[in-house]
Amino acid sequence: MRNIWTIAKRELHLLFIGPIAYITMIVFLLTLGIFFYIELSYAIQTQQYIPTMGTSFQLIAFPLLFLAIPAITMRSIAEEKRTGTLEFLLTAPVRDWELITGKWLGGFLFFLITLAVTLVYPLVLSLIIKPGIDLGAILAGYIGLILLASAMTAIGIAMSSLFNNQIASLFATLGVIIVFWIISSPAQYMEGIGGDILRNLSLTTHLYDTFLAGILDLKDMLYYISFTVFALFIGKTAVEIRRWG
Amino acid sequence: MIKVTKLTKDYGARRAIDNLSFHAERGEVIGFLGPNGAGKTTTLRILSGYMPPTFGKAEIGGFDVVDQSLEVRKIVGYLPETVPLYPDMTVFEFLKYKADLHHIPNAEDRVDEVLEMVDMLDRSEGYIAALSKGMRQRVGLGQALLHKPEVLILDEPTIGLDPAQIIEVRNLIKRIGKERTIMLSTHILSEAQQVCDRVLIINKGHIVAEDTPERLQSRLAGSQRVELRIRKNSEEAMPLIKKVRGVTNVTVTTDDLLEFEMGANQDVRPNVARAIVQGGFDLLEMKQNTLSLEDIFLELTRDETTPPSLKDRADQP
Repeated sequence: MRNIWTIAKRELHLLFIGPIAYITMIVFLLTLGIFFYIELSYAIQTQQYIPTMGTSFQLIAFPLLFLAIPAITMRSIAEEKRTGTLEFLLTAPVRDWELITGKWLGGFLFFLITLAVTLVYPLVLSLIIKPGIDLGAILAGYIGLILLASAMTAIGIAMSSLFNNQIASLFATLGVIIVFWIISSPAQYMEGIGGDILRNLSLTTHLYDTFLAGILDLKDMLYYISFTVFALFIGKTAVEIRRWG
Repeated sequence: MIKVTKLTKDYGARRAIDNLSFHAERGEVIGFLGPNGAGKTTTLRILSGYMPPTFGKAEIGGFDVVDQSLEVRKIVGYLPETVPLYPDMTVFEFLKYKADLHHIPNAEDRVDEVLEMVDMLDRSEGYIAALSKGMRQRVGLGQALLHKPEVLILDEPTIGLDPAQIIEVRNLIKRIGKERTIMLSTHILSEAQQVCDRVLIINKGHIVAEDTPERLQSRLAGSQRVELRIRKNSEEAMPLIKKVRGVTNVTVTTDDLLEFEMGANQDVRPNVARAIVQGGFDLLEMKQNTLSLEDIFLELTRDETTPPSLKDRADQP
C-alpha cells in the first residue's frame, strides 16, 4: 500500500514540475469562465432565469475531461517502458498492481485538484444568488464528475500500459472513451436485452440522467467503480504479460 | 546464495541462454565474462526478477526468482546495463524515491550515506539530466546499494567511467564483496581478474569455462605458442616439426610462417630448431608468444559451441 502512495506522489509531482498541470487548469478555468459569463449575462438579460452549474458540468464532462484525460495519462506507463525505467520499477519490490494503482491514483488526484479549482464558480454563484443555490445538485454533479474522471483515468492507464508510444496510447485511450461515450446511441434502435446492455455500459447514461440531474444513485456509483477496477485489472495484466512474455 | 540450474531463455526462435548452471556463495564475487550478445544481460535480468526464464530455475537466498520474485527483489540490488534514471528528478529525489519503494527507515540519512559512498554528495541537488555518463553510472550504483542488499547484480558496472572512477568502483566492489555476494558482468578481462573470486566465461548462451582468475591464467600458461619464420616453403617443414616430441597443433600461417604449441613445462624449442636445420631449412626467427587472457577468451568463445537452436536453423533450406 505504501508503494502505491510513493508512486502516486511521484506521478503527481511530475505533472506539476512541467507545464502540463498548469496548462490543463488554465484551459479548464478559461473555458468554464467564458460559459459562466454567458450564463450570468443571459440570466441578467432575461431576468427570468436562474443561472445554474448545469452547463459547466456538461462542459467539464465533454470536452474538458474527455480530452484532458487521454493527454495526461498517455505518458504514464508508456514513457517508463520506452526509457527503460520500467525495469527500474519492476526490479524494486513493487507489485504489478501497486504500480498500476499508484499510476492511476496520481492521475486521479490530479483531476481531483483540477475539479477542486473549478469550485470557484459554484462559490461565486452561491454569493450572488439569493436565497442561495441548490447545494445538492452541485454535490451530485461533482460526485458524478469525480467518478467519471476515475473511470476515464483508469482507461488511460490501461492503454498506456499496452504501448511504448505515447501517441499510440493517447489515441487508444481516446478511442476507448469515445466508444463507451456513444455506445448507448445505437441502443435507441434496439429492443430487448441488447439495448439495455449497451445503455448500461455507456459512460454517459450513468452521468447525464442521474448525477448531472442532481440524483445520486448507488447503481451508477458502482458502475464507475467497477469500470475503474476492471480497467486497472487490464493494465495490471498488460504489465504482467510483458514481464512473463 | 545464488543457485542457477539449467537456465534457458528463448526470445522467439532465438535461444539467448542455453542450459546455464552455476552457483555463488555468500561473500563471493563472480564475474560474468563474454562478448556482446553472449547472454550476460539476459541471465542477470532473470536473476533480478525482471523476467522469467523459459526453462530452468534460479534461486537467490533460497527464494525462487519467479515464484518469490518480491522476496528476491528485496534482497537484490540491481544495476541494469543502461542505467534507467528519471532525467527530471534530482539525484537526491531519485534515490529517495527508490528508498521509499524499499520502505527504508530514515530514508534521507541512508540516501546521504550512499551518496557519499559513490562520491556524489556534492551533486545531490543537481538534476539527473545534467549528469555525465559516469555520474549516472554512479547514481545507478547508489540505487542498487540503498537497501543494503545481500546480493548485488551489476551489469557492466564500470562502463562509461573514467580511469580514476573505474578504480574507485572496483575498490568499492571489492569492499562490498567481502560480506556480500556480487555477480557482475563485464567484457573487460583485466577487470574480472582484479575483482572477481571466480570467473564464468559465457559465449552464445553457454558457459565455456568456469574457474578462478588465477587458475584460468595457469591454464593459459599450460600451453605456449611459438612462431617460426623459415626461408622457403614452410609447408614442407611441417612434418619435420610435427615429429618433434612435445609439439602440438602446428599450423602454417603464411608462406614462410609457422606456428606450433608446446607444453609449458617442456621447452622444446632447441629440438625444433635442430630438426629444422637438420632438415635443410633456413631458420630465420623463433618467437615465443605468451597467451594472454584475451587469447584464451577468444579461443574459448570462438565458435565450436554453436547453440543447437542456431544449428537447426542453419540446416533448414
